[in-house]
Amino acid sequence: MEALSPTMEEGQLVKWLKAEGDSVSVGEILAEIETDKATMELVARGEGVLRKVLIGEGATAGVGDVIAVIAGPDEDISGLVGSAGTPQEAYETQSQEVSEAAYEAARVTIGGGDRVKASPLARRLATEADMDLQTVQGSGPGGRIVMRDVEAAKDGASGVSVTSVPRAGAGTDPPAAPGVDFEDRPLSQMRKTIAKRLVESLSPVPHFFLRITADMSRTLAARKRVNQLLEAQGDKVSINDFILKATANALERHPDVNAQWSGDAIRRHYRVHLGVAVAVEDGLITPVIRDANRKGLAQISREVRELAAKGREKKLQPEEYTGSTFSVSNLGMFGIHEFTGIINPPEAGIIAVGGIEETPAVEGGQVVVKPLMKVTMSCDHRVIDGATGARFLQTLKEMLEEPAVILV
Amino acid sequence: MPEITYREALNQALAEEMERDDSVFLMGEEVAEYDGAYKVSKGLLDRFGDLRVVDTPISELGFAGLGVGAAMVGLRPVIEFMTFNFSILALDQVLHSAAKLLYMSGGQINIPMVFRGPSGAALQLAGQHSQAAETWYVHAPGIKLVTPATPADAKGLLKAAIRDNDPVVFMEGELLYNIRGEVPEGEHLVPLGLADLKRDGDDVSIITHGKMVHLALQAATRLERDGIEADVLDLRSLRPLDVDAILSSVRKTNRAVYLEEGWPYAGIGAQIAATIQEEAFDDLDAPVLRITQADVPMPYAKNLEQMAKPNVQRVVDACRRVLYRK
Repeated sequence: MEALSPTMEEGQLVKWLKAEGDSVSVGEILAEIETDKATMELVARGEGVLRKVLIGEGATAGVGDVIAVIAGPDEDISGLVGSAGTPQEAYETQSQEVSEAAYEAARVTIGGGDRVKASPLARRLATEADMDLQTVQGSGPGGRIVMRDVEAAKDGASGVSVTSVPRAGAGTDPPAAPGVDFEDRPLSQMRKTIAKRLVESLSPVPHFFLRITADMSRTLAARKRVNQLLEAQGDKVSINDFILKATANALERHPDVNAQWSGDAIRRHYRVHLGVAVAVEDGLITPVIRDANRKGLAQISREVRELAAKGREKKLQPEEYTGSTFSVSNLGMFGIHEFTGIINPPEAGIIAVGGIEETPAVEGGQVVVKPLMKVTMSCDHRVIDGATGARFLQTLKEMLEEPAVILV
Repeated sequence: MPEITYREALNQALAEEMERDDSVFLMGEEVAEYDGAYKVSKGLLDRFGDLRVVDTPISELGFAGLGVGAAMVGLRPVIEFMTFNFSILALDQVLHSAAKLLYMSGGQINIPMVFRGPSGAALQLAGQHSQAAETWYVHAPGIKLVTPATPADAKGLLKAAIRDNDPVVFMEGELLYNIRGEVPEGEHLVPLGLADLKRDGDDVSIITHGKMVHLALQAATRLERDGIEADVLDLRSLRPLDVDAILSSVRKTNRAVYLEEGWPYAGIGAQIAATIQEEAFDDLDAPVLRITQADVPMPYAKNLEQMAKPNVQRVVDACRRVLYRK
């Protein structure tokens, strides 16, 4: 199982495109693999015959696990395959040569081949308590889980059951047995990743939140005008495109927000790469518009549409969904007035945008109706202070209320 | 129980063993006429005569070899090296002859002898006179090696070493000779290969040998102020090693540091750490850390020497690290 993306730790084999006995040449697609982000192709690196397939469709293997053997038609592959039929079994046979207890403990507690840092004692205690180390927060150097973390997890764990999640299968509903009040839906790679990454974000990142409201009258008018101009080339832009453009340009003017915490320094990015949250079938993905501050509305609009479509089809390449310096999430189309986003690590901020709503407001002592939009910014307080975030939001508001400011 | 100095304890051990067994004799530089460079053999020439207490020229390789020859024909020599720095000149006789002859003679030739003297640093003796010499000897199968830290252990272990039928390297310390301690009256023997828990605590194991035992106890007192109770395990014997005592301590505390006055590279701590992680892997909550002399020849300048040697703060810091406490 190859690492098909930089953050991939395991992959689910969706479909074999070659069968045992088929001949294979370099570059041919062997299988479709679902990774943490998208479905990708596993390509043959060598030439020969696909002698043995070691995992079936729907099964998951960790990066580095042997999942198939390509060899000469008569080559002896017994050393690679042995009596094992699956990567998990092959791993077990090897481990009998060394301390069985230690390796058994590691296999049971780690689960899907992910690497968890834990002291030997912590591993043993976790095995004894039937605890999955993946659910324990480590307080040692580099996030190492040590004895006190396992003890704390044991104390706090009453009421939290660690159910073993079936890894194979694409979510077929099991028949309800009499008296059963729930069903477990297997986690897709995407769900696992969303869960893991956002826990990683919320726990160590000190979030605080700023809210601002913008009068979108002029942006609405500008959009109408821009779309009239684009009609001739068959293009159009949305309100969200304006929001993205304004955000990107506001970030350009506030380099202390276009930054991230990097442990012993604050990294200020010179370029603005905007992550745009897109809802897909079983979750969420954030494709990136690179150098969004330098792109025009029409280009941003086109890119967002293309990337969103790819995202929904699980065809995004790693370079298309990594590297963002700030993110934008918009739930206005779902009728949400306002909401609060969780920062995408390692970024320092995210803005959550609600829908534009006709709202009573006061102007010149009179009650008038204005199209107002609420924006909530979540900030990493290690990087962004209240005033810094507030100044950024002021600029953003200015740009949304008077789009011409973007041109200045 | 009488309280005597480490020096007096050694003197008593030598006198008692020479009295008990005619074949025991002492040989080395200044041991007879001068009463010993550090006065360990004071009074022995007068009591036992010049065939039992023998002054030598400055020729470590020569008189070490003489001792091996004497042992081969049935005597029980105690060879004194004025310091173990000079013993390096005699390594061929100790390693190739004393250590290996039992094996190479098919078990026919025992070498019942003791090589003793002060090892390690004193104060501002500089690079060539501050060598901690354990690692040069302990590496060899066929050698036994002990490092008593207290007067009681010094007396008991020297008597046991003289009675042992194998070559025993017995390392004392210039800075230990004056320390006082209680020593049981009468026949007092400490078996080789047995460690001693000098202090009992549940939180962290400080394992050590020789004069560093006293530093470890000081560090344990400092840790106690912060509510950390340390086990201080004095190995006493580096070969044979009391592995059970080491493992028992580590299983209790789940974390260990090794304190030695020698250098870090392939030092005694490296062997102990290897043993612990091989045998008690699942009991370890943290890696085994070592506190050693800085990896430099011992400086002469007082301030630099202090920086190079282990000290209480370094031991305390290492203990806090393995406890994951800032």
